[in-house]
Amino acid sequence: MTENRGNTLISLEGLKVYYDLGGGGLLDRLTGGSGERRVVKAVDGVSFDIKEGETLGLVGESGCGKSTLGKALLRLTDITGGRALFKGEDIAHMSGRQLREKRRHLQMIFQDPYASLNPRMTVGNIIGEPIRTFGLANGKSVEAMVKDVMETVGLSRRFIKRYPHEFSGGQRQRIGIARALAVDPEFIVADEPISALDVSIQAQIMNLMQELQKEKNLTYLFISHDLRAIRHVSDRVAVMYLGEIVELATGKEIYDEPLHPYSKALISAVPLPDPEIEAKRERIILTGDVPSPINPPTGCHFHTRCPYAIEDCKKTDPQLVEIKPDHFAACIRISRERPRIEDA
Amino acid sequence: MSENNGNLLTVNDLRTYFQTEDGTVKAVDGVSFQLTKGETIGIVGESGSGKSVANLSIMRLIPEPPGKIVNGDIIFDGQDVRKLSIEEVRKIRGKRIAMIFQDPMTSLNPFLKISTQLMEVTQLHLGHTKKQAYDHAVEMLRKVEIPDPEKRVDNYPHEFSGGMRQRVMIAMALSCQPELLIADEPTTALDVTIQAQILELIKELKDELGTSVILITHDLGVVAGMTDKIIVMYAGKIFESAPTGELFERPANPYTKGLLRSVPDPAHEHGAPLYQIPGLPPDVAHLPPGCPFAERCERSKEICEREFPPFVQINENHHSLCHFAKEVYAESAGGGE
Repeated sequence: MTENRGNTLISLEGLKVYYDLGGGGLLDRLTGGSGERRVVKAVDGVSFDIKEGETLGLVGESGCGKSTLGKALLRLTDITGGRALFKGEDIAHMSGRQLREKRRHLQMIFQDPYASLNPRMTVGNIIGEPIRTFGLANGKSVEAMVKDVMETVGLSRRFIKRYPHEFSGGQRQRIGIARALAVDPEFIVADEPISALDVSIQAQIMNLMQELQKEKNLTYLFISHDLRAIRHVSDRVAVMYLGEIVELATGKEIYDEPLHPYSKALISAVPLPDPEIEAKRERIILTGDVPSPINPPTGCHFHTRCPYAIEDCKKTDPQLVEIKPDHFAACIRISRERPRIEDA
Repeated sequence: MSENNGNLLTVNDLRTYFQTEDGTVKAVDGVSFQLTKGETIGIVGESGSGKSVANLSIMRLIPEPPGKIVNGDIIFDGQDVRKLSIEEVRKIRGKRIAMIFQDPMTSLNPFLKISTQLMEVTQLHLGHTKKQAYDHAVEMLRKVEIPDPEKRVDNYPHEFSGGMRQRVMIAMALSCQPELLIADEPTTALDVTIQAQILELIKELKDELGTSVILITHDLGVVAGMTDKIIVMYAGKIFESAPTGELFERPANPYTKGLLRSVPDPAHEHGAPLYQIPGLPPDVAHLPPGCPFAERCERSKEICEREFPPFVQINENHHSLCHFAKEVYAESAGGGE
């Protein structure tokens, strides 16, 4: 299902999102600061393509920049450098008016179905708002569209006058999905859409998203820290660490044969619901915490926790290169000739 | 592991109800289990299943009103915790039974140094002098593998990362070498690689100190590698209890089966829809007369809606709350999926 789904819909070229925290001035030095300007490199030179109808899973731990990347794709945050192309047009450098037009095609589903819905608006108004904003309908026909889309996501149309607090978490996430779908988008960034939900409800939402994708030929960027969910919904998976993509391949490849030491550790850390496997499993337990994204480690950002790091890793910034066909990794210790880090 | 005399904790027909505007919520309704010394039990359930309330009841931490333990025995090392005065309970809490919670930031006092918070425990329970308590605090931080414990002990909670804070909580919980550790979603707020570290740490410390553990979680993966036996809760009831291996291999309850099947299996090809349990968890204030899972259950029959199911004994250590428990168990034998 992965090969050549269609045309490239989204294309990132060296995308950068930096947040300047200031510092580094005279005052900073006088008060015992480092004298360095503090910059959070939330997204630090990310390049990849997403094809039409594809789900690209973006996985990483908190603070790795995955949500910022998702927001940058819709330009919900300012882009510091690089390009973000949607059907060949650069979103990073669009004017406000052009951007508004494009946003209709680019929608987002958020993690917290409690915080992302206005508690004072009825479901009908929440879902109807984008329809009116983009002028897709007016008057009575808005309501008809709202009811249609509610049905599509499995909400009874009788609920149109209700408020968010009258719904469970799973139903609220359906409302969030309905709001995103209401304007008939082509691309949806789903930022941790199932993390706040119970296990039995997670399956419902993942299935719903997959059905909708088939029906409407949607393209997803599915952001999650949950590797099991990512594996299930994604065609390809990108692993992110401190602002950079360290590995990119099909879900199966990443899972069965991860190449980058970070992906390996990440995958080995996922607890599996099988006591027999759990008893036999060799875990790679990483030492230490994820370093701060403010002035991250030099060279390979992962070298401070990497069991295979050598002196060179502190200096050389690894590039994402194709190690195996359609399987990319950013690690100077592996290559096409020697893809296994264990042999390095 | 099956002998009964070594029981550290016996919970018998525990019922904890809450009075709400909406009526009586039977948050925990007839929960029984035993825990032997050194054993780890997993309590699995979705939100509202009663798994946390059950454990707060054991610690006598249910706010009353609106909550109340209305029935049951909680026998800890021969003493009925329900019959103790609150003073006596306080002597057990933190000393012989310790707890760690999901969110280490809200369980640590942000205004106090870690040292102060760690010292408080041993000064109170073990009668340590200041000096002893301070040294012990450093020692505990070393035990939970916090780098530079001599320096870090005088930091404030906000100076630690989430994983490190959870380590501090574990250090505090284990300060008095408790016989029982209750861990309520200890890794849910943490990243995957940090979760692996913390679970490994709990395992090591448990083996070293011989502590019994109650591990409460919604994650079947977490309990699979950590526990000796598992209780599955739904709507305040125990739906199934079994040794860990058997529960995963041969579940005898449709709810357990559904839960197991709705976790994505990384070994499977992607694309096929995931098994999903239809519907929503029930409103515990208004439970139907029959089985609380009936309306979501794929094999529900007429009797399920009418009559509350029996707690069927499958074998010595395996029970399931279902009218068709034996049939479900038989079906699971053929490798279910």
